[in-house]
Order: sequence, then C-alpha cells, then structure tokens
Amino acid sequence: MPRVPDDLVAGIRATLPLQLGLIPFGLVAGVAAVDAGLSPLQAIGLSVVVFAGASQLAAVDLLAQDASLVVVVLTAVVINLRMSMYSASIAPYFESLRRRWEATCAYFLTDMSYALAIAEFTDDDETDRRWYYLGAAVTIWAVWQVATVVGVAVGASVPDAWGVSFAVPLVFLSLLVPELADRPRVVAALVGGSVAVLGAGWPLNLGLLGGALAGVAAGVVVEGRAA
Amino acid sequence: MTTTYGPLAVWAVVVAVGLLTFAIRYSFIYLLGRVDGVPPRIERALRYVPAAVLAALVAPAFVDPGPTAAATLLDPRLLAGVVAAGVAWTTENMFATLAVGMVTFWTAGTVL
Repeated sequence: MPRVPDDLVAGIRATLPLQLGLIPFGLVAGVAAVDAGLSPLQAIGLSVVVFAGASQLAAVDLLAQDASLVVVVLTAVVINLRMSMYSASIAPYFESLRRRWEATCAYFLTDMSYALAIAEFTDDDETDRRWYYLGAAVTIWAVWQVATVVGVAVGASVPDAWGVSFAVPLVFLSLLVPELADRPRVVAALVGGSVAVLGAGWPLNLGLLGGALAGVAAGVVVEGRAA
Repeated sequence: MTTTYGPLAVWAVVVAVGLLTFAIRYSFIYLLGRVDGVPPRIERALRYVPAAVLAALVAPAFVDPGPTAAATLLDPRLLAGVVAAGVAWTTENMFATLAVGMVTFWTAGTVL
C-alpha cells in the first residue's frame, strides 16, 4: 500500500476551521430544499449535481415562489459566475494535470476550495497540487453532502412556524458582509439591494436580476471614477 | 411557500444549473493555453457580481416597505437583519450570524 501523501492530509486538515460555516450552511440548504417542496431525492440531487450553496438556496427559494424556470436557472448561474474567476486564477496550477483530472478538479471548485488552494499554491511551490487540492475539495464536498442529507431528514419535521426559512437570507448576509471590502463593492451592494427591494413586486422575479445587473454596473462605474 | 412545479421541472432545473455551473468552473481550466486569462473588462465586472447578487437576494427578505415608516422599520425581519449584519461584520462567522439572527427574529416577532 502506498503511503497516504502528506499533502492530501494537509489539504483535509486545512478545511477544519471552515466546517463551522460549512455545516450549518449545508443544513440550511437541505432544510430549505425540502421546505420548498423538493423531494428528498431532488434535494440531495441538487447538492450533488450543482454543489454550490448560494445558488442552490436561490434556486430553491425561487422554485418555492413559482418563478419562471428560466429565471430560476439564470439567477443560479449568475450567482455562480464568480467561479469563472476562480477557474482562471487556479488554471495555471492545474496545467500539468491530465484532462480527466482537470475536469474532476473543476467539479470540486468552490469558494472554500479555491481560497484554501490558491493560498497554499502561492505560498509553497513544493506542494503536490493535485493531492492538496483534492484533499481539501473532496472533504468540503463530503461534509456538504452529509450536512445536506441531515438537513433534508430534519427539514421535514421542522414546523413552518419556527420561520426557519428566514435562515436563508441570513446565510446570504454572512456571505455578503465579507464581500464589502471596498467602496465600489459597497455601492454595488447598495444599488443591487435597493433595486431588488423596489422590484420585489415585478413579474418573473425581475427585481432580483435587475438588482444584480444594476449593482454590477454601479460597481464598475464607481471603480472607473476612482481610477 | 411550496413549489407547484412537478418532478420533471425540478430535475430540469437541477441538471441545467449543474451543467452550466460545471461549465463555469471548467471554463478557464479547460481554455488555459488558448487564451490569456479573463478579459480585463469582464474580470472587472465579475468582481462585483457576488456583492450585487447577494445584496439583491438579501435586501427584499429584510426590507418590506409597509404602509408607514414605523411599520417598515419595526419589522422583526429588518431588526434581525441589522443585528445579524453587525454580528457578521464583527465575527465573520456564519454560525454566529445565523444563531443571533434567528434568535433576534423570534424575539422581535414575540415582542412586537
């Protein structure tokens, strides 16, 4: 038996502090999916196939509101567009991998796995990138799936009156706050949020898409002024 | 609220979002060598996507314009949102944000 590579263990270990955020997030994703009327299999399928928490919550939320399917898909995909930046940023480190491994690594790419891997890769040239990355990313994946399954199991028994669905925007809020690192981003959030509130009654949940687009445009404009 | 969409529609959403998300994740890992990174203008716009989208998702859940200013401001959802934002800002901890936000929401809902 070959020894378990040290870098694999290092990758797994690096995820431990993140699990305090990951586990409740996964629980909420599971509960929210069941609350929205998804079957347990659909809820778990969503976590396995999409594997991107914020977009899962948004999709489930919009499905529960019976938004048009195009809006559901579009919103979820827009939320995940940020991952193209991660893809571009991490691509040079995966250059030596075979196609098959590249695709595998891509599937596991998340905010957390990207953040851990890029920090390690830029810090240490000697790291076995594939092992470190897979150690971190597959652990995050496994914890996410288990948390979702538990959420799905628990979700069916949680009474509506507890207002557990309110946990969803709170999760988004805790993802939003660290994003507000500079002025253009604060403006993007203020404009995006305001347009979404004004457009809350618009058909097809266009308030959300309109808010997102207006927010991005505002961020770009403010950045252009500052430069 | 519960969706009225049937299993076919739900699975279609799961598969469509899954495939498109994988395409986004794989995009530049796949393309590397053929292009030099993300075009700067796109990259600049992408930087603001998380803040804009998350705010657009969050704000309507906390701010529900009522008939009067007082009704809008004394909404348990808004109070919980403001308190949770403070916790998120100081701790950057999702669990703490969730816990304090939910407790505030329940407490304010009982008191108001």
